[in-house]
Amino acid sequence: MKVLSVGEDALLVEVSSGDEAQALHAELLRRRAEGSLAAREIVPAARTVLLDGLDAPARLAAELTAAELPPAPPRARDIVEIPVRYDGPDLADVAAHWGVPQKEVARIHGDTEFRVAFCGFAPGFGYLTGLPARYDVPRRATPRTAVPAGSVALAGPYTGVYPRSSPGGWQLIGTTDAVLWDHARVPAALLSPGTRVRFVPEAKS
Amino acid sequence: MTDRALAVVRAGALTTVQDAGRPGHAHLGVPRSGALDRPAADLVNRLVGNPPAAAVLETTLDGCAVRPRSAVTVAVAGAPCRVTVDGRPVAWGAPVRVPAGALLDVGPAESGVRAYLGVSGGIAVEAVLGSRSTDLLSGLGPAPLTVGTVLPLGRPSGVHARVDVAPQPAPPAELVLRVTLGPRDGWFTPEAVDTFRSRAYRVSSASNRIGLRTEGPALERARPGELASEGMVLGAVQVPPDGRPVVFLADHPTTGGYPVIAVVRAADLPAAAQAVPGTPVRFLAVRRR
Repeated sequence: MKVLSVGEDALLVEVSSGDEAQALHAELLRRRAEGSLAAREIVPAARTVLLDGLDAPARLAAELTAAELPPAPPRARDIVEIPVRYDGPDLADVAAHWGVPQKEVARIHGDTEFRVAFCGFAPGFGYLTGLPARYDVPRRATPRTAVPAGSVALAGPYTGVYPRSSPGGWQLIGTTDAVLWDHARVPAALLSPGTRVRFVPEAKS
Repeated sequence: MTDRALAVVRAGALTTVQDAGRPGHAHLGVPRSGALDRPAADLVNRLVGNPPAAAVLETTLDGCAVRPRSAVTVAVAGAPCRVTVDGRPVAWGAPVRVPAGALLDVGPAESGVRAYLGVSGGIAVEAVLGSRSTDLLSGLGPAPLTVGTVLPLGRPSGVHARVDVAPQPAPPAELVLRVTLGPRDGWFTPEAVDTFRSRAYRVSSASNRIGLRTEGPALERARPGELASEGMVLGAVQVPPDGRPVVFLADHPTTGGYPVIAVVRAADLPAAAQAVPGTPVRFLAVRRR
């Protein structure tokens, strides 16, 4: 575990894998909940966790450098099911990258249990991991200027669902009617870091 | 509708509602947002007797004009500009009484970029995640003002300040931004780090509420490849592939994949919000306190 100083009151804790980042994130949330860590923001990402708004970053940096990373926490949280129609325009390209027939993409993706590794890009946009590394896909060479809200998409090791229409370069494999972000709802975000997710295929109408 | 409201008569190039923003939601991908020149926003609230968290209007370069439906106390600060009520000049940087139905015009910035208009009672649009701020990156909060927009006002809670004119810093002729290096300065060649902390940059006209973009010598990477997405802080100096530093302001993305060479001290960011395109910028590396 490597601890980097960020400005005057933030730390970036770097670990060697996404799984370690998720374990570290869970541990830091636990410490904040029990009152032993005061941080305004705890932001997990691919292989780091950012702690922002700290009172004594130097002391915490020393403490974290010496700390043992806990094992991944038990997967106690409920699973969020996202209904999906596997009808995306990039389904054939993804099948080609995976080296499987097109209808196998839906089966493989629908059989996978995902976990929200981190959020970013837009409110409610989660970076979901769970597919084996052999199913990594590149971003599209030319991003689309408008990806419709509810698009289920792949890039690198991640699956994501566009909370609203926006430009994007991810490979679109399906569509959902689930509302990923609604600021009038509590909680506003359907997916937050650590959430377990399963995509449930819907019959085509 | 209540008569405690402002009707927008001239929206200006970009006028948004801003308050202290919505920190604490970065893990959901929600930017902090909020007034870019916080001291100026705090000042206009103080001048009109509002609590510090009240929402104000933030204009960009050419001001705006509004017509209150009932008598209000207003104050304008930040970028210096001509302020008029029904065409008659009134004080800038001081509380001003505006009668019901009068036209309050916040003129173009004479220097600086962003003027702040505080109104007694505060702008009372619906709050989203605890803030009324317009977030231009994610689209949260009210849309930027357009002609005909009617903004509800809250109830005045305090007595306005008794000052003639409040002292304020002038917008910067040269922007000196104190930075602490890292966390990714190691991604750049030693020459690039030297260039960054010694050479002059200029504020680019592509700057916005998301970031202060610069023009100047490109910073060369010491290593190729991509940085995995990581959390970003306010004031982070991110270096995209073109090598020109971008200073993250209030609407910055919460995660990013370009290396952050340094972080600007929070106290220097209000000046960055007032630096017009073309302003010389220097990054001054300082030790962590």
